[in-house]
Amino acid sequence: MRPFDLQRPDSLEHARNLSTGETATLIAGGTNLLDLMKLQVEVPERVVAIDRLGMNEIQATEDGGLRIGALVTNTATANDARIRSDYPVLARAILAGATQQLRNRATTGGNLCQRTRCYYFTNIDQPCNKREPGSGCGAIEGIARLHGVLGTSSSCIATYPGDMAVAMSALDATVEIVSADGSERSVPVRDFHLLPGDTPWRDNVLETGEIITAVTLPALVEGKQLYRKVRERSSYAFALVSVAAIIAMEGDTIARADLAFGGLAHKPWYDPRLSDLLVGKAPDAALFDSAADLLLENAQGYGENDFKIPLARRTLAAVLAEATETEL
Amino acid sequence: MTAHLKQDEPDTANFLDTMKQGVLGKPVSRIEGLAKVTGTAPYAAEYPVENLAEGVLVTATIVRGEVVSIDKDAALAMPGVLAVIDDKCLTTRAAQGTANEAPQQNPRKVDYWGQPIAVIVAESFEQARDAAKHLSVEYREEEGAPLDPSAVEPEEQEDETVDQGDLAHAMARADHAADLEISTEGHASAAMEPHAAIAEWDGDKVTVYASLQMLNYNITELADSLGVDEDRVRLVSRYVGGGFGSKLGVSEEVVAAAIAARAVGRPVRVVMSRQQVFQCVMRRSETKQRLRLASDGEGRLDGFGHEALVSNLPEEDFAEPVLQSSHFLYGGKNRALKLEVARIHRMTAGSVRAPGEAVGMPALEVAMDVLAEKTGVDPVELRIRNIPDCNPEEDLPFSSHKLAECLQQGAEKFGWDAGARKPRQTRDGEWWVGTGMASAARVHNVGEARARVTLRPDGTAEVRTDMTDIGTGTYTIVAQMVGEMLGLGVDDVLVQLGDTDFPRGSGSGGSWGGASIGSAVYLACRALREKLAKKAGTEESDLALRNGAVEGGKSLADLLDGQELSEEGHYEPGEIADTHTASGFGAFFAQVRVNRFTGETRVDRMLGAFGFGRVLNAKTARSQCLGGITWSIGAALTEALHFDPRDGHLVNCDLAEYHVPVNRDVPEVEVLMVEERDPVASPIQAKGIGELGMCGGAGAIANAIYNACGARVLDFPMTPDRVLAAMPD
Ligand SMILES: Cc1cc2nc3c(=O)[nH]c(=O)nc-3n(C[C@H](O)[C@H](O)[C@H](O)COP(=O)(O)OP(=O)(O)OC[C@H]3O[C@@H](n4cnc5c(N)ncnc54)[C@H](O)[C@@H]3O)c2cc1C
Ligand code: SF4
Repeated sequence: MRPFDLQRPDSLEHARNLSTGETATLIAGGTNLLDLMKLQVEVPERVVAIDRLGMNEIQATEDGGLRIGALVTNTATANDARIRSDYPVLARAILAGATQQLRNRATTGGNLCQRTRCYYFTNIDQPCNKREPGSGCGAIEGIARLHGVLGTSSSCIATYPGDMAVAMSALDATVEIVSADGSERSVPVRDFHLLPGDTPWRDNVLETGEIITAVTLPALVEGKQLYRKVRERSSYAFALVSVAAIIAMEGDTIARADLAFGGLAHKPWYDPRLSDLLVGKAPDAALFDSAADLLLENAQGYGENDFKIPLARRTLAAVLAEATETEL
Repeated sequence: MTAHLKQDEPDTANFLDTMKQGVLGKPVSRIEGLAKVTGTAPYAAEYPVENLAEGVLVTATIVRGEVVSIDKDAALAMPGVLAVIDDKCLTTRAAQGTANEAPQQNPRKVDYWGQPIAVIVAESFEQARDAAKHLSVEYREEEGAPLDPSAVEPEEQEDETVDQGDLAHAMARADHAADLEISTEGHASAAMEPHAAIAEWDGDKVTVYASLQMLNYNITELADSLGVDEDRVRLVSRYVGGGFGSKLGVSEEVVAAAIAARAVGRPVRVVMSRQQVFQCVMRRSETKQRLRLASDGEGRLDGFGHEALVSNLPEEDFAEPVLQSSHFLYGGKNRALKLEVARIHRMTAGSVRAPGEAVGMPALEVAMDVLAEKTGVDPVELRIRNIPDCNPEEDLPFSSHKLAECLQQGAEKFGWDAGARKPRQTRDGEWWVGTGMASAARVHNVGEARARVTLRPDGTAEVRTDMTDIGTGTYTIVAQMVGEMLGLGVDDVLVQLGDTDFPRGSGSGGSWGGASIGSAVYLACRALREKLAKKAGTEESDLALRNGAVEGGKSLADLLDGQELSEEGHYEPGEIADTHTASGFGAFFAQVRVNRFTGETRVDRMLGAFGFGRVLNAKTARSQCLGGITWSIGAALTEALHFDPRDGHLVNCDLAEYHVPVNRDVPEVEVLMVEERDPVASPIQAKGIGELGMCGGAGAIANAIYNACGARVLDFPMTPDRVLAAMPD
């Protein structure tokens, strides 16, 4: 670990002032950042601990939604009675991630910003465009089992590894951000993470000095909420493929279908065309298949992860069948 | 005095059964358990040594070649850095189990990505690690090092080759034949305690606190590495946080700590990072296997073929002994067995729990399941039909053999349905549910062992040996053995292990610890009993000791009359090992569910029935079996090392990405111990336990997956992608 300065402001304003400049990094639960610092994947000169800034409550919003503070732990979110009853997809997604011990430390903001688990990213003796721009991508011709099949680029094929944000994407939640100069902005979770393109070092839209203050969930939505995470080990493993779904029926047809996918891309994958395709139709195997065709239209495997394409198709079918009570 | 036995004859007297204390075999909880769970049992990195400097290994970033130069000055200029050491005596690989000599040295020569090439010593761990990450090293790389085991011409291990009769002919004329290619991926030991050592010199003597399984061999390996006499080395390893083979031989950090401490004139601690433990200690080799079985209409084997390709670095003697139990488990007079090693430049391959059978047995048991289906014979019955009367290759009698009993009793307890079997008979929502079974076999080994038992004037006892307890329960079974023999409660026996200043034990490895050290302790106790019998005016065989006294007579303290009695037991394996085939046997039964959509497999329940001689402690023995079955689940479903195709480095080198089973993967597991007395295995009639529980279990799961959903998966681990690829529509 490189030596670094630790600062621990007790107001958001103070934190904003401290976190400007390329060399400062925020630390919340530390469950991701500290691992990466030990490996020298992250080498901040200044670490700004934000644990004294409050932002640790879940509050009702005026329009009937919930506002989850950036420092609310994953455990607290998943255990919150309102989340469990009204946003079960979020509680389930969080509980499908990591372990109890990690979730006790992990925070809303940290979880959104967690970095990829790409084996080459976490090994500083290997090439990686995300960690060291221009050094090449170790994964493309290497071991790409964890990697993406949608929205990849020739410079990076990494996945965003988290679960929580996949559910938030299906729920169409919003990230609230304050910048160094105190100005505030809101970004839909669906737009928060970026595709790698030719700037793979940028995971998300945050600019230097910006701090996430909360994530806001829209008012209660109708329908069944499911989170399905596929992995060979039944816990404490990142998703091979995951699906967050909010599906409502009206009579025999689908009235609402909000779907987001994990494990497939550099961001929680949300494709608005799926909802357009599914809504208003009666659920059956052929419909689910055409949804998968649409989803995977431009999917590209990299050898090791080719399996994710059929697996995503099958998992989507399983989720849609369960949500619409269709026998396949 | 030393009581010595080299066992050349079977021991059918079962003398232990005439003892009166009644503590041996009982489910006694670990006597060191409280110290461990309260954090007072020191592990290697935790010994309170003053003035410690911290060492961190620097590892190579090329596959093969030479270190041309190291920029030591730059590193030495970094804060806190005391030394950059690339001494030619540093070791670059861990020693193989029982090597008894220095492993590869000379850190200037690089043979695999991740190989230690230097150690940096600094005031703090963080400083040392930072300097290690920054060290600038110039290499001369030798391109073209082979990395893919199937792309090189392999070397045949000739002592493994068997060619009896004509297997090809037997296959051609058989009523039923199975011919399969099965692959398994590499495994890691993944012990919780990372490899760590603290070395402290006092004049020309060094004490090293380390995490090692076999001090008796490790001391020689370390002394040889350092170029000093063994009597100048002391190794201490009182508690070991899991080894599973990875701590059999002296590993790189142990030698590095000793060299570094000598160089800086201060005690030095070297702890490997988790990534280093994965990348530079030991891997289990991946395997490619071919199984050929030829049978008559009733499933009786006439032909048996098992060939395997494994890999290792050049200059390593170890080749994953995949065929070990295949040599004798089933009959068939036409036999072809062959083991080949591909020399490649991935990290060292060596022992990982149950080397050989861990991967050979599941493959064989899948082939047996295929044959059962072809013949229409129930899988349990098929195995029973093929149990040979004696070792089919060497015509040696078995020391004892409980396979049939394990199969039968296991089937009954599990509720095995011996009716007609067909895939996809049971569905529970999205899940196909099915059952499968497999035999278990693991060769039995013993090693030379010494232990000193002292009866103190107050009638309590103390045992000293450099034997290790790697979490298996050795402390406790040693106390039970002494208690049984000398009529003492476990609390009256102080057990001191893991220090080479004590008589040399066998060490823990190859499941031989319990039988070997148990025998040495037993022999010491017999000698003590001789002396006590004399004092009591009776024969040793009539001396009934219980609760600290001669039954109906004097207490031990009175008998000792202020004196101390001390004896050393010395046990050596004898000729009997060459005149018999000794193995543990057993059977696994599994019920699994396979998701029709995602191919995810979850184990519902498993049962293992095992015969491994005398049970020394019903609780720790059962725990070993539970651990073995857990490893079976890992080998079946989740565990695989992945190596980069271009530089051979191990990519999934931590516990987040190398997937050992978690609690939720290990459901209801039942263990049935089919107790027996093996007169050949050891003078205490006990055999190895630790590894048997994973020798075949993954095969039972594979067979259950087939029965559940019709996917005959031939590549382990059977991850969802592989299950889906094999799943019929
Ligand atoms: C072994 C292991 C397994 C895991 N498995 C899973 C899993 O299955 N699913 C899953 O979803 N996750 C998993 N995780 C990841 C875990 O969820 C994250 O580590 C955690 O959510 C990060 O939160 P934190 O508060 O600890 O973040 P930190 O480590 O403190 O920070 C992470 C990043 O977020 C930034 N950051 C933190 N707070 C803010 C803020 N308010 N504004 C702006 N930037 C901020 C930091 O600067 C840093 O870059 C796993 C982690 C581990 C170690
Ligand atoms: S996939 Fe992305 S993160 Fe992984 S090595 Fe390539 S550039 Fe780096």
